[in-house]
Amino acid sequence: MTETRATREEQVLERIDRARRRRARVREEHITMAHGAGGKASQTLIEAVFLDAFRNPLLEPLEDGAVFGAGGARLAFTTDSYVVSPLFFPGGDIGDLAVNGTVNDLSVCGARPLYLSAGFVLEEGFPVEDLRRISASMARAAAAAGVSIVTGDTKVVQRGKADGCYVTTAGVGLLERDAALGVAHARPGDAVLVSGPVGEHGVTIMLARGELDIEADLVSDTAPLNGLVAALLDAAGGAVRCLRDATRGGVATILNEIARASGVAVVVEEDAVPVRPAVRGACELLGIDPLYVACEGRMVAVVAGEAADAALAALRGHPLGAGAAIVGRVRDDPPGLVLLKTAFGGTRIIDVLVGDPLPRIC
Amino acid sequence: MRFVDEYRDADTARALAARIAGLCEPGRTYKFMEVCGGHTHTIYKHGLEDYLPEAITLVHGPGCPVCVIPMGRVDDAIHIAGQPDVIMTSFGDMMRVPGGHGSFFDSSAEGADIRMVYSPLDALKIARLNPDRRVVFMAIGFETTAPSTAMTILRAAAEGVRNFSVFCNHVTIIPAIKAILDSPDLRLDGFIGPGHVSTIIGCRPYEFIARGYGKPLVVAGFEPLDILQSIYMLLLQLAEGRSEVENQYARVVPWAGNVKALRAVNEVMELRPYFEWRGLGFISHSALRVRDEYAAYDAERLFDIPGNRVADPKACQCGEVLKGVLKPWECKVFGTACTPETPIGTCMVSSEGACAAYYNFGRFSRQRVREATR
Repeated sequence: MTETRATREEQVLERIDRARRRRARVREEHITMAHGAGGKASQTLIEAVFLDAFRNPLLEPLEDGAVFGAGGARLAFTTDSYVVSPLFFPGGDIGDLAVNGTVNDLSVCGARPLYLSAGFVLEEGFPVEDLRRISASMARAAAAAGVSIVTGDTKVVQRGKADGCYVTTAGVGLLERDAALGVAHARPGDAVLVSGPVGEHGVTIMLARGELDIEADLVSDTAPLNGLVAALLDAAGGAVRCLRDATRGGVATILNEIARASGVAVVVEEDAVPVRPAVRGACELLGIDPLYVACEGRMVAVVAGEAADAALAALRGHPLGAGAAIVGRVRDDPPGLVLLKTAFGGTRIIDVLVGDPLPRIC
Repeated sequence: MRFVDEYRDADTARALAARIAGLCEPGRTYKFMEVCGGHTHTIYKHGLEDYLPEAITLVHGPGCPVCVIPMGRVDDAIHIAGQPDVIMTSFGDMMRVPGGHGSFFDSSAEGADIRMVYSPLDALKIARLNPDRRVVFMAIGFETTAPSTAMTILRAAAEGVRNFSVFCNHVTIIPAIKAILDSPDLRLDGFIGPGHVSTIIGCRPYEFIARGYGKPLVVAGFEPLDILQSIYMLLLQLAEGRSEVENQYARVVPWAGNVKALRAVNEVMELRPYFEWRGLGFISHSALRVRDEYAAYDAERLFDIPGNRVADPKACQCGEVLKGVLKPWECKVFGTACTPETPIGTCMVSSEGACAAYYNFGRFSRQRVREATR
C-alpha cells in the first residue's frame, strides 16, 4: 500500500516535471509587477517575448552579459535599467547602483569592465540638485571600479509619467583570461560559495520605503565586484565554473538557474548561509526568506570541489569577500533542483518564486 | 536570534522525534490535521516531516485565510477597486488570488489603484492622506486579524474619517472545523490547534471537539519544535486514552483568550447567517460582517457590488485538499494545470496554502531528497 502510494506520487511528480519543461508562454494580457521581480514570471516573459523575437546564439544562454570576439579581442557586453525607490537609501543611491550593477554583470562574465554608457529618463519637476547628487555618486562608483562613463542620453517625460529618475547603464569589458564561465558549467562535486552576507540590499530598500515601521542598522551592500572576481580568478582560475551576482530573486534564484542550466542538483546548508541578524530579523517578521532577497554586491561562485578552500581563502582575503562562505555542494540527483538542509535538520526544495516575495498576513 | 533559535534546535528535535516514534503503536497509523496555514508553512519551511515516522501523516486544514476566500468575493473586491475614485488596500498575499476575472495584480495592471499594506491602520493612514479618494481595506483572515480590522473601524469612527471603509471577509475557525468533523469521508486522530487564532479566542471553544467528537486537540505555536511537541502531546493523549484540549503555546495563548480584542470585534461586527468558503461551500455562522451601527464603514453597503457566485473550477479539488481527504499531489490538476504561476485553486496561491507549500517546498519525493542531502 505504502509502496504503490509512493510510486503514484513519483509518477505525479514526474508529470509535473514535464509540465515545467514545457515552452514558456505568457498568459497575462498586461504586464504585472511580477514580470519585473526576477522570478518565474520574469523568466517566462523574457523567454516567450524577447528570446522569441531576438533569438541568437549569444542571447540564448541568458547570462548576465553576452561574450563575443571582435577584432581579435574577446569582449563582454551587458545592460541594465534601474528604477529603485527611494532613489537615495542607506549605503547608496540609484547612481552607484547603476554603475556597480553593470560593472558586476561584466565582472561575473570574467571580463575586466572598461566603458559604460548612462541613459537617464527624468520626470518633469525632478530636482536638479538630486540629479547632481546621483551623477556625483555615479562618478565616484566609476572611479572606484576603474571604468569610465563615455556616452549617454537624457530624456524628460511629463510629470506623473515616471517616478523621478530612471537610469539605464550598458557596459563593455575585455576578457583577458581563458576562464570559461557559465551557468551550464556546474558539475557534481563542485562547491557553491557566496561572497558575503545575503539580503542586505533588499531589506535596506524595504525598510527605507518607511512602510514597515521597522528600524534596523542596515546599509545596502552595493559594491563593484571586479576586484573580488579578479582575486578569485587569480587564485582558482580554471577551477571556477560559474559566477553570478545575486541581484533580483536573490541567491535562491541564481542557484535554480545554475541547477537547471547544468542539469545538476544544488544542496545548500541553511546553517552555512551568512545572514546578518538584522536581515534575518526583518525577514522573520515579514515571513520572507533571505535567500530570495536581492543583493547588489554579492556573488555566487561555483568552484571545483578540490579548489573550494583556495577559492574561499581568495574571497576572504578581499575586503568585499570577508564574509564569504561555502554554502553548499553540487550533486548529480535530482537534476534541476535546489535543495536546502534546514538548520532545524529537515530538508526542503528551494524553487524560483513567481514574483516578489509577498509578506504573509499572519 | 533569541526567542527563535531556541525553538529550532536540531538536537532537541532529534530527542523529541525519538519520543514520538516511541509513542507510536506498532501497526497503527495516525492522521493529524494542522488547522492553521501558518503551521503548514512552518512544517514545509523547516522540513519537519523528516522527523516523523511513516506512521504519522499530517493533513493540512482549512486555516489559510487567503485560500478560503471564494472567487466571487475576489471579483466583488476587484469591482470595488475598479471604481475611479477608489484606492483598494490589501495584504500582500491577497494580491495574486484569482477571482473569476483575474487577480488584484491583473486589475492593478489594468489601471486600478491597489496598494499593499501591512496593517489596516496603514489603510486608514492612506485614507487620511487622500481625502478626495475612497479607501477600501480588503479585510481577510480568521479571528487573528479581525480585531485589528475592528480597532481600525473604531479609530476611523473616533477620528471622523469618512472616506475609509472595509470589505469584510473575516471568517471564524470553529464552524470550519465542525464542517470537517461532520464530513463523512474523513478520518482524523487529532488536531494541531491554531496558535494565533487561539491568542484571541482562547482554548475553550475547542472543547466540543474533545468532548463531543472524542478527538484530542493541542493548541500549538509556530516554531518547528512547537509543532513537534504538540504532535508528541497528541500521541501521549491517544496512548493514555485521553481526549482533551491542551495548550502547548501557553507562552502566548491565554486559556480564556483576549477579552479586549473579542470585545472590539463584537462591538463592530456580527456573525453572518452563512458564508461561502472556497472548496467547502456554504457554512452557517462562519463569517463576520460589519454591524448596522458602523454601516458607514462597510464597503459592502457603500458600493453596489455584483455579488455573483462563481463556481469553483470543475477540475479543482481544493475542497478535498482543504478537508484533508486528498494530499495536494493527488489532485488531478496539481502541478500541471495548477501551479503557483497559474493557480486554479486558492490552495496554490498563498505560501500558506497546502498546495503551494507542497509545490514549493516538498514537491520532490522525500526519499530522493533525503538521499541527495545525506
